[in-house]
Amino acid sequence: MLVCFDQLVVGYTGPVVGPVSFSLYAGEVLGLGGANGAGKSTLLRALTGTAHIFSGRIERRDELRVVHHRQRPERPPELPLLGREMLALLDAESDPSALGNEAIEKLIAPLLDQPVGRMSGGQYQLLQAWACLNSNAHVVLLDEPTNNLDGQAIDALGTVLRQMGLERSAILVSHEQAFLEANCDRQLDVSEWTV
Amino acid sequence: MDGLIIFDPLFRVPFFNGLVLAIALSAIGAYLRLRDEWLSAFSLSQVAAAGGVLALPLGLPILLTASLSAGLVALVFGLMSRVDNNHYGWTILLGWAAALVLAANTHQGSVIVEALLRGQLYFSSIYHLIAGLVLLGFVLVILPWLSSRLMTGRFFPDYFRANRMPTWHHRLPFALLVVFAVVLGTVAMGAVPAFAISFVPAWVAFVLCKGWRKALFLAVLLAVAAYLVGFSIAIQFDQPFGPTLVIVLALLAPLRLLASRTRPE
Repeated sequence: MLVCFDQLVVGYTGPVVGPVSFSLYAGEVLGLGGANGAGKSTLLRALTGTAHIFSGRIERRDELRVVHHRQRPERPPELPLLGREMLALLDAESDPSALGNEAIEKLIAPLLDQPVGRMSGGQYQLLQAWACLNSNAHVVLLDEPTNNLDGQAIDALGTVLRQMGLERSAILVSHEQAFLEANCDRQLDVSEWTV
Repeated sequence: MDGLIIFDPLFRVPFFNGLVLAIALSAIGAYLRLRDEWLSAFSLSQVAAAGGVLALPLGLPILLTASLSAGLVALVFGLMSRVDNNHYGWTILLGWAAALVLAANTHQGSVIVEALLRGQLYFSSIYHLIAGLVLLGFVLVILPWLSSRLMTGRFFPDYFRANRMPTWHHRLPFALLVVFAVVLGTVAMGAVPAFAISFVPAWVAFVLCKGWRKALFLAVLLAVAAYLVGFSIAIQFDQPFGPTLVIVLALLAPLRLLASRTRPE
């Protein structure tokens, strides 16, 4: 087990969701679905320490490394940083050919030597998700990673997600039910726990 | 060559002082722009000016009172969960007002505030130069170490908290570096020129370069070039240094038009 949410009630100025109990195991992709405002992102934020835990607790494996792909990733305007320089921040694999998937290589390779400030919203979203999924984190939190992505990029993202390996896991928040069903080992409907 | 006043030994210390500050401020300015905190340099310089005015009535060195006041405000910023340009904007307004009100009600305060807001590079001393060299040493040693942490915090803001890593390890040294640079720049060059040299070169370099190191290098290069031209013109034609430097920096703005027309889709 990597993470265990135990009777967790979490929110900001007041509780948003809970009590919630579930565990995350190595090698699995856990999907969180539910209506807008149900508290899906808030649950991720509980793990990153940016939401307030009102009661309950989160147990983490020792030395657990977590990376969070936000719903709206931070992108400073006009930034000259190259795609590969951003990947290096998370020690992420920058060679897309390592996956042996031509479609992914075609999408990622041109972004490596492009300044992030000149990428489109979709390109930047994809690169950020790629950085998180290829980082050395044990748990990858993906919050609506398909936003702004076209069909080809969504397929590529799903492929990377399914090839994460047995040592790592992901929690995937998405409003796209088809994407959740295609790429998650199991799903939870957060609406059941909304306060 | 003997006829050129710029080679007068009297101006050697001020020249090298300004040169060192141009390098340090422009490098720090690039990181401030990366973090979208570029306006913080101007807000801290206004606070440093207000603190500097208190030096005479308190009987303390200007560098000390300016550093303490700017450091205190930087500490408050550091303790806040989120600081944006609204906070910096208010700090500019209040810092400027405090500087002038304190100056009006303090013996010789108006002389000091005039020097801090307009700059007095020609009168900077060897002690300013030594402090500037210490600052440059810190910039060369600490910034490369801080660089990846500052960038990670910018692109993945939750990374450190999510991994239970303290953020003050990189935020505090960077804040101290900014305060040190801004105070030295304000005392030696003046509040506006110090801000201009931290702001303009990075603003131009960011759109011209592909890659962080190239942008950082270009920002410093532009700052040094603008400083050399500004200092030479000011000395040779008996012009005030601060406004001359700002005008020369403003002339760099059209370089942004050379940027690739590539636009996000």
